[in-house]
Amino acid sequence: MQNDVVLTMRGICKQFPGTRALNNVDFTLRKGEIHALMGENGAGKSTLIKVLTGVYEKDGGSIHVDGSEKEAHIRSPQDAQKIGISTVYQEITLCPNLTVAENMFIGRTGDRIVHWKEYEKKTAEILNSLGIPARPRQELSRCSLAVQQMVAIARAVDMQCKVLILDEPTSSLDEKEVEMLFGLMRDLKRRGVGIIFVTHFLEQVYAVSDRITVLRNGELVGEYVVQDLPQVELVAKMMGKDLNDLADLEEVGRKSLSGSEVVYQAQGLSSTESRPFDFMIHQGEVNGFTGLLGSGRSESVRAIFGADRVTGGKVMVHGKPVRISKPYDAMKASIGYLPEDRKRDGIIADLSVRDNIILALQVMKGFFHPMSRSQMEQFADEYIKALQIKTASQDTPIGSLSGGNQQKVILARWLLTHPDFLILDEPTRGIDVGTKLEIQKLVLQLAEEQHMSVTFISSEIEEMLRVCSRLIVMRDRKIVGELTGSDLNQATVMKTIAGGEQ
Amino acid sequence: MSVLKSSGSVRRREPLTDAQLLMTISICIFVFMYAAAMLFLGGGFLKTQQLFDLLNDNAALIIISCALTIVMIGGGINISVGGVIGLTVMACALFLNTQGDGGPLSILLTFLLALGIGLLFGIGQGALISYLEIQPFIVTLAGMFLSRGLTTILSVNPVKVAHESFTELVKTKLQIPFLGYTAKNGNLIPAKLEIGAIVAVLIVLLVYLMLRYTRLGRNIYAIGGNQASALTLGINVKRTRFLSYVLSGLLSGLAGFVFLMHKPAGNASVAMRSEMDAIAASIIGGTLLTGGVGNVIGTFFGAMILATIQKIIALSPLNDSWWQEMANGAMLGLFIMLQSVVLSRRGKGRLTLPSWLKFRKE
Ligand SMILES: Nc1ncnc2c1ncn2[C@@H]1O[C@H](COP(=O)(O)OP(=O)(O)OP(=O)(O)O)[C@@H](O)[C@H]1O
Ligand SMILES: [Mg+2]
Repeated sequence: MQNDVVLTMRGICKQFPGTRALNNVDFTLRKGEIHALMGENGAGKSTLIKVLTGVYEKDGGSIHVDGSEKEAHIRSPQDAQKIGISTVYQEITLCPNLTVAENMFIGRTGDRIVHWKEYEKKTAEILNSLGIPARPRQELSRCSLAVQQMVAIARAVDMQCKVLILDEPTSSLDEKEVEMLFGLMRDLKRRGVGIIFVTHFLEQVYAVSDRITVLRNGELVGEYVVQDLPQVELVAKMMGKDLNDLADLEEVGRKSLSGSEVVYQAQGLSSTESRPFDFMIHQGEVNGFTGLLGSGRSESVRAIFGADRVTGGKVMVHGKPVRISKPYDAMKASIGYLPEDRKRDGIIADLSVRDNIILALQVMKGFFHPMSRSQMEQFADEYIKALQIKTASQDTPIGSLSGGNQQKVILARWLLTHPDFLILDEPTRGIDVGTKLEIQKLVLQLAEEQHMSVTFISSEIEEMLRVCSRLIVMRDRKIVGELTGSDLNQATVMKTIAGGEQ
Repeated sequence: MSVLKSSGSVRRREPLTDAQLLMTISICIFVFMYAAAMLFLGGGFLKTQQLFDLLNDNAALIIISCALTIVMIGGGINISVGGVIGLTVMACALFLNTQGDGGPLSILLTFLLALGIGLLFGIGQGALISYLEIQPFIVTLAGMFLSRGLTTILSVNPVKVAHESFTELVKTKLQIPFLGYTAKNGNLIPAKLEIGAIVAVLIVLLVYLMLRYTRLGRNIYAIGGNQASALTLGINVKRTRFLSYVLSGLLSGLAGFVFLMHKPAGNASVAMRSEMDAIAASIIGGTLLTGGVGNVIGTFFGAMILATIQKIIALSPLNDSWWQEMANGAMLGLFIMLQSVVLSRRGKGRLTLPSWLKFRKE
């Protein structure tokens, strides 16, 4: 065996009730390489990582560290940390009730006594050097999702490790933060750390990785050197078929709908989290809020839906004034909202996939008009197919789906309600390339055929440009521009976001 | 509102955490209630001795409330604490009576016996709960029945301690002259604090320090906040949970000994239903049933609030046990409502069911 290998996994198998998550998977990580682990939603990436770090017990196979022939016994994340494997899991796994500083240090120091002052000082230094806008003594639950993710990364990076695992670390980060993370990764790489990197952003893979391992349906497809694997081929390997749908989408096109009826209009709408703003959307229009993270784009749509406490403003739906002060009011007015933070606002882990899909529709219909079982099954089936949700059955609790598939279920929940006006905040985050395109197509189709109005938020400008016919640009919690027609191109959008013009 | 820049050395004041807020509320309510009692009932409440008596009479309750706060922060529950007090008191009383007129050594042995019983219960229940993953409610319910049963097996009849040195110990009190008062006949009567009360206050401080400054304490918060996260952060969740029950068992045994020092007699119904008071004290003090949030200083004031209610009712014309229970119930209801309102105002959503009340695992 070469001596530059830090980690070898051989013949790993893992079975969940009803799912074979990993079947005879091999994986090799070398010193000082960034190794991308790729695959569709539910391919088994997170499972492989959790087997490696002792969160799950493996059913078969062996793990070797540092090229040793002796098997490494990793029975808990604690063991993994001890032998120098540090991990950022896909779902944020920090404790919300502890402070930022504690989350940075708990579980990894040998001290029996907590040295608060010291931890806080070190944390302040780390936060400062990484430019993370948080305070050491802040309770973690009061930090935004992006900050929580940064804290998790900072913790992992700060540990003296041989292997660093990052499972979709960039899903809620903006471009600047991603750049910074890449800087950190390259730095660690120079110091000989092996890095496993999972993401659904193909550009990111090609920006930093040296090697790619592809999984499909729990099986190993192969290991490739980045230079030898063009993007199209990578996608083909992940999906098991070629992807030529991109062209279709361009043809659907976007059209301006300034003539049709105004479905929703707000004047001076404000909430506890957002400043007063004006907004309106036509029937069948797809528009979007864009801006950096923290620019107030999510807060604006939360105000529209009444998810934060509304503090003022006039709202008209179909030309009639209505009061929307809580989500239920919005749903009554046929407005749907897919929240950004699905863990907190969306997923009910104990309920089955079917119940999670039906939930919003049931609320809109009222609980006194129950749906028949067969109807529910039919609806659920339809969307499980449409969004390619990988689940053992409709009855599987949503908590046991892969991260991306949980997202799809929540998306299905809102699509199913067929609201007049649907707000989607980061609907494709954490979703694989193939399905991402499906979702974009579906959104355009709903607008075109069913005259649904959709407001779309995404950190990927390309995606926004593909689906939206009007972009509202925000900066520092203010609307700073509105782009339509020929202004809808990457350069203009970037310039407006950055503040090139007023 | 620009993005906050963190700067290394500045220690800004953070907004109150939920636990701190709820604790502050309970301290205020205690002060308010006590002041109202001084104003309207006067008499005893104007003397320091009254305050001390609250401590003297409720030392054991304060200690088991600490025990409950520990397990509740870890996301669990322990309803065997009252039963363990009962068993300890009975066992110790019987043991003392076999010791003839033995000196301090037999008292030390009794003390160790008390801790030993508590420890055994703690270890047994902790092992079942954390290593065999049986619901804590069920395990400690069994513990409660077991301890009560054992108590009656030891003796059906009340047992009075007839042990000279121990009776001396019971009578030993810390006398504080300058907090005393002058009786009608002109004698200065010093304020008296029992040993048990001092132990209880010490325990509150020790548990506070343990929860705030030791690795074990912080790990308990972490597993209560999010068990799955705690595991991935590298915390030994099972051991932490186990130790939290061992500690609560140990404290129950200690509470039994303290109880005996206050009332040196064993009896099948000693500390009956005190576990419920302890749970109430923890909740009133700001411990959430869902785990991860709580503070033992708050718990102390929670216990003092219950004690004050009891005193006020005893002094009022409504002196009946069911008035007492209703007042406690009303207080608890009020607090849970208050917590719910406070937390939802702060955007933390509703109070959800604690995991030990759920049937399915997450
Ligand atoms: N705890 C669990 N219980 C049951 N099944 C599970 C569990 N965790 C994962 N699975 C199943 O194992 C398969 C692989 O899931 P995994 O989370 O590894 O996918 P993934 O590649 O990380 O996908 P994603 O890109 O969506 O995160 C999925 O079919 C999923 O339903
Ligand atoms: Mg995953």
